[in-house]
Amino acid sequence: LSSDRLDEDAWEEIEDTLITADVGVTSAAQIVEGLRTKVKVLGSRTPDEVRGLLRQELIAQINPELDRTVLTGPHGDRPAVVMVVGVNGTGKTTTTGKLARVLVGDGRSVVLGAADTFRAAAADQLETWGGRVGAPVVRKDEGADPASVAFDAVARGIADGADTVIIDTAGRLHTKVGLMDELGKVKRVVEKQSQVDEVLLVLDATTGQNGLRQARVFAEAVNVTGIVLTKLDGTAKGGIIIQVQRELGVPVKLVGLGEGPDDLAPFDPEGFVDAILGSD
Amino acid sequence: MFETLSDRLTSVFSSLRGKGRLSEEDIATTAREIRLALLEADVALPVVREFIAQVKERARGEEVSKALNPAQQVIKIVNEELIEILGGQTREIRFAKNPPTVIMLAGLQGAGKTTLAGKLAKWLADQRNTPLLVAADLQRPNAVTQLQVVGERANVPVFAPEPGNGVGDPVEVARQSVEHARRANHNVVIIDTAGRLGVDAEMMRQAADIRDAVRPDEILFVVDAMIGQDAVNTAQAFLDGVGYDAVALTKLDGDARGGAALSIRHITGRPIMFASTGEKLADFDLFHPDRMASRILDM
Ligand SMILES: Nc1nc2c(ncn2[C@@H]2O[C@H](COP(=O)(O)OP(=O)(O)OP(=O)(O)O)[C@@H](O)[C@H]2O)c(=O)[nH]1
Ligand SMILES: Nc1nc2c(ncn2[C@@H]2O[C@H](COP(=O)(O)OP(=O)(O)OP(=O)(O)O)[C@@H](O)[C@H]2O)c(=O)[nH]1
Ligand SMILES: [K+]
Ligand SMILES: [Mg+2]
Ligand SMILES: [Mg+2]
Repeated sequence: LSSDRLDEDAWEEIEDTLITADVGVTSAAQIVEGLRTKVKVLGSRTPDEVRGLLRQELIAQINPELDRTVLTGPHGDRPAVVMVVGVNGTGKTTTTGKLARVLVGDGRSVVLGAADTFRAAAADQLETWGGRVGAPVVRKDEGADPASVAFDAVARGIADGADTVIIDTAGRLHTKVGLMDELGKVKRVVEKQSQVDEVLLVLDATTGQNGLRQARVFAEAVNVTGIVLTKLDGTAKGGIIIQVQRELGVPVKLVGLGEGPDDLAPFDPEGFVDAILGSD
Repeated sequence: MFETLSDRLTSVFSSLRGKGRLSEEDIATTAREIRLALLEADVALPVVREFIAQVKERARGEEVSKALNPAQQVIKIVNEELIEILGGQTREIRFAKNPPTVIMLAGLQGAGKTTLAGKLAKWLADQRNTPLLVAADLQRPNAVTQLQVVGERANVPVFAPEPGNGVGDPVEVARQSVEHARRANHNVVIIDTAGRLGVDAEMMRQAADIRDAVRPDEILFVVDAMIGQDAVNTAQAFLDGVGYDAVALTKLDGDARGGAALSIRHITGRPIMFASTGEKLADFDLFHPDRMASRILDM
């Protein structure tokens, strides 16, 4: 690279970095265009300076000012209610367990609701997590109505004076209308007793452009309040969340960094961008 | 939503009326549109590049310049090239000369391995095989229970001598399962393994140890059709870490375009053998390259 002028290859390299992080081809092109304009206005820049500007731009796109608090505190005699939703296999049950672990570690009492009554041994899996982290699990038989499990879990939370109820739901593809309706019903039934404070959409960082479609439909069905980006411990960068946040305005609140109980962390915009740019 | 590639190319060529060679500019525009369509379908960037070079070369040739409808001709070429990479012919399972045939599943966390194990078992049983499912994921909470439930639903026995949840040695379970299958006359063994990341050296080592203990006839790499650009890294990491003979693509019942299929096939040369299309046991089929090509192109 020449120090006073970036050639086309250098610009293409920047775009490629973004595309391979799953930022999306159109988004990547827009970001690069914006950057080129900025560089033109500011006058010639060294590649290092351009890199700095790109970093700034990506951080700005992610908007570090967004409120990323996870609402888990009780109100009055009611526990906070958190619903965990998403497509199949993204890490919902694991995230439910990890989140409970964080809360219990902070001295709060947590009740878990096994509203996945469909997948083989889903409730057993949640029960194992409950045992690990010290949270009782409300469950019913396989095939039971998930809304009624969720209702019972919240009732139990209220009766026990728990601080937080976390409801794990079955994985479902956003394209399945019946299953999305079912999810809406779970939420409405819970709301007969208590407001739902958080609806966390669990997105797998390895997901490509389909992630945006998932987020759109889930947001429509159950008013998602936060994203959990899981499996960031792998090589995937999770760049799709840039489009998701921009389009839906829903912040990424937490990230999953492994399969263990302590592998949940707050989302850190700068660290996320540095990982995309390969400078962490 | 986006127009289809077909719409886009038709508009690119709207000014052309057959005959005459496509100008370099036409070809460049075409290439840009194809690049866009493929990247939106999550085809891996390095694969997109090679693919486009190939298509460009053919687009410069006579078959396009002589075509009455160059747009349709280019689409035809793109489609043919896609099918070519995706593997043309559907590949069948290779059965061992001396049973049991050992099939080992491997892949990222949550890809759909355990579910696929059940589907494959049922599919084989329906063809008068006598499969045995093996619970060699002793890591994920209740993976063993999950496989037992799946086995029950599929009406296929499950070899699960260890409780899992961190207890037991998966290599030993896999080794014993083959002996057990031989004694109990199961002609196929399907080994479900824990999900693992390509970068997890210890877990990749474990997968290789299971492989070495049972010397599978087929190792299937199970991959989620929703995967994005990371397909390249992951497919390569599993190829280097454990190796595989074929690929099973899952969650094709959604609306992911499935560019991963093209990427993995192109980068590894391994054929895609199975398509998983739902959560139920019957939602399973052999992979059809032509259907996948239209899906990627959204046609
Ligand atoms: N490496 C890694 N693995 C994870 C992470 N979160 C979850 N997993 C693993 O991903 C797999 C799926 O996780 P689950 O929690 O069962 O996912 P789910 O969304 O509940 O799945 P369904 O209920 O079947 O839709 C399991 O093997 C988890 O251990 C993470 O942050 N990193
Ligand atoms: N819609 C749909 N869901 C699927 C398909 N295959 C698997 N699933 C679902 O995806 C989730 C994960 O499937 P599993 O079979 O548990 O995945 P796995 O690879 O064994 O996961 P780990 O053992 O945790 O690594 C479950 O909710 C399955 O029901 C499919 O083809 N379509
Ligand atoms: K990562
Ligand atoms: Mg689950
Ligand atoms: Mg499994």
